[in-house]
Amino acid sequence: MAVVNTNHKSCTVNPLKMSQPIGAALAFMGLNNCMPTLHGSQGCTSFGLVLFVRHFREMIPMQTTAMNEVNTILGGMDNIEQAIMNIWERTKPDVIGLASTGLTETKGDDVDAYIKLIRGKHPELAETVIIYASTPDYVGAFQDGWSKAAVRIIEETAVPCQVKQVNRVNVLPGSHLTPADIDEIREIIESFGLFAVFIPDISGSLDGHIPEDFTPTTLGGTTLVELRTMGAARATIAIGEQIHAAAIELEMKTGVPYTIFDRLTGLDANDNFLQFLSNLSGKPVALKYRRQRSQLQDAMLDAHFFTGGKKIAIGAEPDLLWSLGNFLTEMGCELSAVVTTTQSPLLEKIPAQEVLIGDLEDLEMRAKDCDLLITHSHGRQMAERLHLPFLRFGIPNFDRLGAAHKLSVGYRGTKELVFELANTFLAEDHEATPDSWRESFQEIGTELSSEAHSTCASNGSCSSCN
Amino acid sequence: MASLNEKVQDVFNEPACDKNQAKGEKERKKGCTKQLTPGAAAGGCAFDGAKIALQPITDVAHLVHGPIACEGNGWDNRGSKSSDSKLYRTGFTTDISELDVIYGGEKRLYKSIREIIEKYDPPAVFVYQTCVTALIGDDIEAVCKAATTKFCKPIIPINAPGFVGAKNLGNKLAGEALLEYVIGTQEPEFTTPYDINIIGEYNLAGELWQIKPLLDELGIRILSCISGDAKYKEVAYSHRAKAAMMVCSKAMINVARKMEERYNIPFFEGSFYGITDTSESLRQIAKLLVQQGASEELLSRTEKLIFREETRAWKGINRYRPKLQGKKVLLITGGVKSWSVVSALQEGGMEIVGTSVKKSTDEDKDKIKELMGEDAHMFDDMRPRDMYAMLKECRADIMLSGGRSQFVALKVKMPWLDINQERHHAYAGYVGMVELVKQIEQALYHPVWAQVRKPAPWEAELSDITEAKAA
Repeated sequence: MAVVNTNHKSCTVNPLKMSQPIGAALAFMGLNNCMPTLHGSQGCTSFGLVLFVRHFREMIPMQTTAMNEVNTILGGMDNIEQAIMNIWERTKPDVIGLASTGLTETKGDDVDAYIKLIRGKHPELAETVIIYASTPDYVGAFQDGWSKAAVRIIEETAVPCQVKQVNRVNVLPGSHLTPADIDEIREIIESFGLFAVFIPDISGSLDGHIPEDFTPTTLGGTTLVELRTMGAARATIAIGEQIHAAAIELEMKTGVPYTIFDRLTGLDANDNFLQFLSNLSGKPVALKYRRQRSQLQDAMLDAHFFTGGKKIAIGAEPDLLWSLGNFLTEMGCELSAVVTTTQSPLLEKIPAQEVLIGDLEDLEMRAKDCDLLITHSHGRQMAERLHLPFLRFGIPNFDRLGAAHKLSVGYRGTKELVFELANTFLAEDHEATPDSWRESFQEIGTELSSEAHSTCASNGSCSSCN
Repeated sequence: MASLNEKVQDVFNEPACDKNQAKGEKERKKGCTKQLTPGAAAGGCAFDGAKIALQPITDVAHLVHGPIACEGNGWDNRGSKSSDSKLYRTGFTTDISELDVIYGGEKRLYKSIREIIEKYDPPAVFVYQTCVTALIGDDIEAVCKAATTKFCKPIIPINAPGFVGAKNLGNKLAGEALLEYVIGTQEPEFTTPYDINIIGEYNLAGELWQIKPLLDELGIRILSCISGDAKYKEVAYSHRAKAAMMVCSKAMINVARKMEERYNIPFFEGSFYGITDTSESLRQIAKLLVQQGASEELLSRTEKLIFREETRAWKGINRYRPKLQGKKVLLITGGVKSWSVVSALQEGGMEIVGTSVKKSTDEDKDKIKELMGEDAHMFDDMRPRDMYAMLKECRADIMLSGGRSQFVALKVKMPWLDINQERHHAYAGYVGMVELVKQIEQALYHPVWAQVRKPAPWEAELSDITEAKAA
């Protein structure tokens, strides 16, 4: 149980947070043959593009309506129209994913109306799905943008289906899951004879595969057909609180019932998940996963010596924080400094004294006595200053390779995380010296003697006073 | 105080730029950068450009006044190196909220400046305007003025919100801010006849330090580098230099030209990329200094150093030349780098099969023509699809470009080298040129190419069968 505070300073120093539009853009990147487009100045797209390129080390399709001073004031309809038509002519996408920015939200562009007018003017766009999410930069954070885009994807494409696909489940992942996580979850679900459609699915587009030919749009992801048949599934699984709203929307539109899993990292969390899948499919948990469960138990036993009692400083978006924070507590660590980016119903349930909505400066001030820092790559300067071992988690991860393939869900992913965590502490283990215990013993000694003195004062007959 | 609009017009009217002066009044007003096409645009905004130009000043707090996007999505991502303060790598932003958008963000900005001064005590704070705060009418000039008086410290407004134009315009507006508020406000402890400014060099990957030893040896002092590895005070007293070199093509031409007008500091445009260019630049520096009163023997000392360094560099490059002779290079980059790298690669025996000139000025283009001949393949706006095709059809052996297009090359399993601002290797001067050639050789002959190009055994069988059927 944590107290949730917001920092009370005017100046954000070393931001942890990123903005909504690029969170939305990432969600659109999980749709097949899609062009994510930010309605804002060209810089809005450029910064996001660079960020994703450095994180995924992939070509990133992302466009801009290229607003300038004058057309911001006059309204962005012409720019949206030109952008849509140019994208349509150049790349023939199935989906154009539009997200607004601080600039166009301040002006107050009515993008929904613009799209209606543009569709009226251009009947050739009939086959192209245009999804618009309102994501001002000055509200919320990255995962909120993902969440809003996911809701809008469902609102625009989900329809009730008469014919059911009995083995199909929809999976709505949060933005904290990597392509590797999604692949792992898919494999687990398939082991029960079910097949999973992820909405959105960045494992198809950002997993770093080499396509046969050049594609100017996304290289994979949820297809239009898959989107339009979401209503045919027998169940929806949502992973992460941020996707809750989208799951409700999907159930309301199609009648497919949803189950939410707040996290898939940790022994208990995965037990619940596999039991759920077993109940849903009527099939027992496969041998492979019983084996993996046992391996995880063994890893936890081997690692617990090194992880117990360790103090952690963590900065992450709410769902990632929830996932990692609970796992760390289960490994015996203490969450001593916790900073996050945006509100979430999960925050007050996080096993820490305080959860602060703040920045990396706040985390740095609270992290001085910690044993480990966990945050995205921007923690590197602080880790260096505080001489803290540092695990990179979250977006962006630009100074290490393999961000897309970082696995932390399922029994297997949890096991890898257990080893990574314990190995970090092992690497930091200091050799004992003749003076290692001198000081600490003196400290305890002072505490003891001061206690002894206070007792002496009361009865006056103690040997240690002589 | 000139309005932003007037300043933009002023920047567009650049007497030192021949091309600009050749334009008619009306055309000039439109500026040098073309109108962007919505849905088919790439590249950073004016704010991005301003930040690129000024962030290398290391001991200044760079405060971005705007929503989280402008700083949060891209801070600490440049390769400018510092020999001292690391404050420039700290991300400061007012991170305005919805309420600030409604009620105005000026108070938050003022308080932010106070917090920064209390906690970090920098010699100056640079305040960057962004689109949203410009749109709601936050007067950053007024806030900075008030804060300067209150805190007795220079608080400098950098008025280049993203939506006024592209990166290049932002570079220039940043330069204007330096001219208006910084340059000429302090005095150096001493001056020498060998003091120069280097304008438009950002010390990416530490490139300035590939040049500095040469200048040190000649007894030439970099009084101020604008802005790589610079301290605030160095920029503030840069008006006492005897001569200046303008590095980054047209990015900061306004600074060089106006410093010549105001303080009589003659400048030339040069480059430290490539052997001949580096030598030429050193010669020019020496020549200008002698013109300004330095001892004539500097010229002969410079020639001696050039001779020694060139010999060494050629020796270094010649080791790679046999393996690089005739290799075809596709060069995709902005402004300055295109022509300065072209000559560098030709020195390595390579052939440039094409270069992008998207951000280059017409003068840059003329230089490329001079170097590559009239039939030079210049692409104004090369689409990724075209780069992909060009590489796939093996019309080029390697692509040199910025990080954003690297995957175009890698996905066709072709060598690629980063020559943009996020790169890890330094390529300036004589040592840098040898390093570049070495990196190209390493990229071209890396063992991964053979492995990743080989089809899987089962795919090979399949293609054999289809071939047999076709036969």
